[in-house]
Amino acid sequence: MNTKDIYREIINEHNLHPSHKGEINDPSYELDGVNPSCGDKIKLQFKIDENGIIEDAVFSGSGCAVSQASCDIMLDLVIGKTRDEAEKITEAFMRMIKGEASEEELEILEEAEALADIAHMPARVKCAVLGWRTMEKILKENRRETL
Amino acid sequence: MTNVFKNDFEILHDDKYIYFDNAATTQRPRQVINAVSEFYRTINSNPLRGLYKWSVESTQAYENSRRKIAEFIGAKDASEIIFTRNSTESLNLIAYSWGLNNIKKGDNITVTILEHHSNLLPWQMVSKVTGASLTYIECSPDGEISDEEIISRIPSNTKLVSAAEVSNVLGVRLPIEKISKRAHKVGAVMVVDGAQSAPHIPIDVKALGADFFVFSGHKIMAPMGIGVLYGKSELLEAMPPFLHGGEMIESVSRYDAVYAPVPEKFEAGTVNAAGAVGLAAAIDYIKSIGFDTISQREENLCRLLIEGIKTIPYAEYYGSKSAETHSGIVTFNIEGCHPHDVASILDTENICIRAGQHCAQPLHEHLGIPASARASMYFYNDESEVERFIEALKKVRSWLGYEH
Repeated sequence: MNTKDIYREIINEHNLHPSHKGEINDPSYELDGVNPSCGDKIKLQFKIDENGIIEDAVFSGSGCAVSQASCDIMLDLVIGKTRDEAEKITEAFMRMIKGEASEEELEILEEAEALADIAHMPARVKCAVLGWRTMEKILKENRRETL
Repeated sequence: MTNVFKNDFEILHDDKYIYFDNAATTQRPRQVINAVSEFYRTINSNPLRGLYKWSVESTQAYENSRRKIAEFIGAKDASEIIFTRNSTESLNLIAYSWGLNNIKKGDNITVTILEHHSNLLPWQMVSKVTGASLTYIECSPDGEISDEEIISRIPSNTKLVSAAEVSNVLGVRLPIEKISKRAHKVGAVMVVDGAQSAPHIPIDVKALGADFFVFSGHKIMAPMGIGVLYGKSELLEAMPPFLHGGEMIESVSRYDAVYAPVPEKFEAGTVNAAGAVGLAAAIDYIKSIGFDTISQREENLCRLLIEGIKTIPYAEYYGSKSAETHSGIVTFNIEGCHPHDVASILDTENICIRAGQHCAQPLHEHLGIPASARASMYFYNDESEVERFIEALKKVRSWLGYEH
């Protein structure tokens, strides 16, 4: 897919009409993510229940269409999943961006697989992974509390 | 290809591409590429060292470049020219060698809010290490600096003032003469960052009142990795070396060394002689085009581009309303479109622009914009490119999913 198609078919819709943009009042965890190459800043808020299931998650802040859309798609995928599953999905995404994901990994990425073409826009990889890196941090750093 | 100004630039012969990122780096004409290649093909040897013909010739070529640069910027003597890698290295040399040895707690350093990070971070470092204060001269939204601002932000305890001659974001020329006059009045040393001015206007370090002046070769069509530090003799003489090593000494004993005189004192290790030769060729080239032609063409292109942006709803540009104070640089935004997306989508039209904060984060904060897109033109760009650029810009919002 060329760049214009990536925008038209995936990015624009999630960027202009995101499903998970906003703020929640009582998040279990929240974390800011910054893309140093452009100064884009997003905030992720997660509500995780006692069984480790991601009940709700939102993002807020400003950023380019690639980072916003990638974040929205990511949250689509992980809401309702356990944190273990979310971590697996994140690993799969990171491997996909590097072009190293197995077929099995691509399958669990569902719609996010469409972002594989970001790998053809090397200048934009940092934008695409901003939300994912931030989520990875939330999941890893806050692991012990729910064990 | 009807634009004769592109003739010497092979990379620009393919009309498919529009290169509007000249403030980041310019293209090199064949005269520069040939000069570098000729150096390696005919006299390559380590200059300043060998006693044989090639080394003598490479030394001559290297020193001829130094003389040419001295003349180009109006230095009194060739020994006032130090070769570095780029403006950043030149500024760091001043900061480490002059700054850390002459600035102390209770002193002040003044910069402007328009600076590139390379002219901010070295002074932040000096301020942190020495405890000296760091003060900013602020500008109006169109980049103007008032006389009051210059006087009040350069207090009497100021030891060093550093300012860009031309802003890499707004393209505006700063009132360097006024700033240096005030700096000298309080006994401060004046540093001028010429990275964005040297490509566009004639430089006269004396008229500028510059005690130090720096610029990068690659922004004036020379190879990457060669840059210049000009410093007044008396300052350079009194400064300790920045880097220690080969070729910067007179004699070395086990526990001590006597340093070579200026400029060798500041050029430790094998130098970038081919780069210096390329820079000399670039200076010859820029003179053959002439600064009058360069400014005329840039002004015309800026005027057209600004007029074009004005016709696009949702588009706005920053800096002065008048095209002649843009130095070929037009920084802009399209409402609802992040500059990174604008740059990516223009890339699909083979248009090269810069997006982000252009290494000037404090200026973006000051102007109240998170990021911006920047089209920067040089004399070899032409009207048809500006027209194609504007046509593409008109479609950016629809490519990014907006109905209008």
